[in-house]
Amino acid sequence: MSANLSPLLLEAKAVAKHFGGVKALQEVSLSIRRGEIYGLIGPNGAGKTTFFNCMTGLYVPDGGGFVFDGTPLVADAPDKAAGRGIARTFQNIRLFGNMTALENVMVGRHVRTGAGVLGAMFRNAATRAEEAAIRQRAIDLLHYVRIEERADDLARNLSYGDQRRLEIARALATDPKLLCLDEPAAGMNATETEQLRDLIEGIRRDGTTILLIEHDVKLVMGLCDRVAVLDYGALVIEDVPAVVQKDQRVIEAYLGA
Amino acid sequence: MKKGQFFRSMPGIGLAAALLIALPFVAALGGQAWVRILDFAILYVFLALGLNIVVGLAGLLDLGYIAFYAVGAYTWALLASPHFGLHWPIWAILPLGAGLACFAGVLLGSPTLKLRGDYLAIVTLGFGEIVRIFLNNLNAPINVTNGPQGITLIDPVSFGAFKFSGATQILGVSLSGPQKYYFLLVALAILVIIINVRLQNSRVGRAWQAIREDEIAAKAIGINTRNLKLLAFAMGASFGGVAGGIFSAMQGFVSPESFSLIESIMILAMVVLGGMGHIPGVILGAVLLTVLPEVLRYGVGPLQMAVFGKMLVDPESLRMLIFGLALVLVMRFKPAGLWPSPERQRELQETGK
Repeated sequence: MSANLSPLLLEAKAVAKHFGGVKALQEVSLSIRRGEIYGLIGPNGAGKTTFFNCMTGLYVPDGGGFVFDGTPLVADAPDKAAGRGIARTFQNIRLFGNMTALENVMVGRHVRTGAGVLGAMFRNAATRAEEAAIRQRAIDLLHYVRIEERADDLARNLSYGDQRRLEIARALATDPKLLCLDEPAAGMNATETEQLRDLIEGIRRDGTTILLIEHDVKLVMGLCDRVAVLDYGALVIEDVPAVVQKDQRVIEAYLGA
Repeated sequence: MKKGQFFRSMPGIGLAAALLIALPFVAALGGQAWVRILDFAILYVFLALGLNIVVGLAGLLDLGYIAFYAVGAYTWALLASPHFGLHWPIWAILPLGAGLACFAGVLLGSPTLKLRGDYLAIVTLGFGEIVRIFLNNLNAPINVTNGPQGITLIDPVSFGAFKFSGATQILGVSLSGPQKYYFLLVALAILVIIINVRLQNSRVGRAWQAIREDEIAAKAIGINTRNLKLLAFAMGASFGGVAGGIFSAMQGFVSPESFSLIESIMILAMVVLGGMGHIPGVILGAVLLTVLPEVLRYGVGPLQMAVFGKMLVDPESLRMLIFGLALVLVMRFKPAGLWPSPERQRELQETGK
């Protein structure tokens, strides 16, 4: 894969996070290259989601930090992380339930648009044009994830699989450079997983780098260019799937020593 | 394109306008008291829509909303009454009142940014009470608010020589003071309805709703929740301030008594009972909750006389009993409000089978 030669997009440098005495992350360093699909796997409680939360600014790391696209990420500023180009989905889907699917995606454009209260009140030409562009982009994204016929339904009334798709569409609406998916295939059947796989590959083809946390080892190994394995908050290995799959420590971590 | 629910067709607008114009004259047949009740109904529409921004859109449970109303009311009362001998014009006081209320909103908002739900409700409740107690006690050492006696002889709204108090002849039609205020209030209410509709379907309005639905997800997609929450408090408070100013001028008298906790709760009840976040619902809630107690006030006594031939229960307590019961019943059988938004209505029908 040519992805190996492309420049770094995200670099994690010795990221550490403790909760009381529990070392959720122990100096984890890894690097994601532009244009790749990067998998992050590990048993339950290995620190995958904690890593995600540190990166997207929901948690403040106790040590280390991130360099994204050449400049450091500010800790404890989730809204800024989105502005820089990091978008995420959540392990337990977090949609805006009482808003329609279309509105959910429209909210995603917030960080790339600028109309304020006065614009809203006076509806000047610039605001109207921006509003039309937001709507059009949101409709396009619903088409992209193939739930356009659910546009006017409340997000909470969507099926589980559609909710996952909607969350991805909302994340894509922020024009991310890096899209982080936290267990997107959890609870999906084989067909749905296959469709998800096509969607993720499509997103990468369209130029977005992807960080994928996933339990489904088969999906990860088939989809990712490189994979990192976490166990007890420490990085075990970071390599191409073929190497990771054969690594004795990974087999032990998953099957128990 | 989503448009305001009201302004859909020309005949619709015409009919609504004709009704709105005829209403104060019909009410006047029952006496000027009914016109005043109508005035208050519209004033509360204005207030409830202001609170709807904070509670309905941004989802911040505010139990001290009346404090901003009080700020606006006292701003007008102090700057346009013999109390300080000041008689400032409306175009100076009303924006100042809105500005001060807005400032109070930010003042309340900033320490409460990390609080949600019940905790926020308690702090805002406390804030409302603090403002009221301040007004009650700020008559010593310097007499600013005249304490519990309140401020009297407040100037009415006037534009140049045109005063809103007392009767005037306009185009051969005699308009009483309350009728003139009615038209002023309707104009203001239409303005606030337009602002509400436009805010709701805007970038800022959607961000507010996102915060209401899931604050963490809202942050994760790049919404600055701190600034937007402050903005919601500030906007809601400004509306409260304007309403307070008009209240002050209309009554000609203010005292801390008018700004008690029960008033905050009533306005919140209007928003919730009507259909939180749904503008026509909020308007309905405000009108019902203002008019119903008055209808009961005048209706309960005579009704008892007619049915039993004597007064069995004190009309005043029976009125509040029936009113309370009505609230409970609505919440039991229409939990999303009397007139919820179409999306929520559909959902309730789906799950309510």
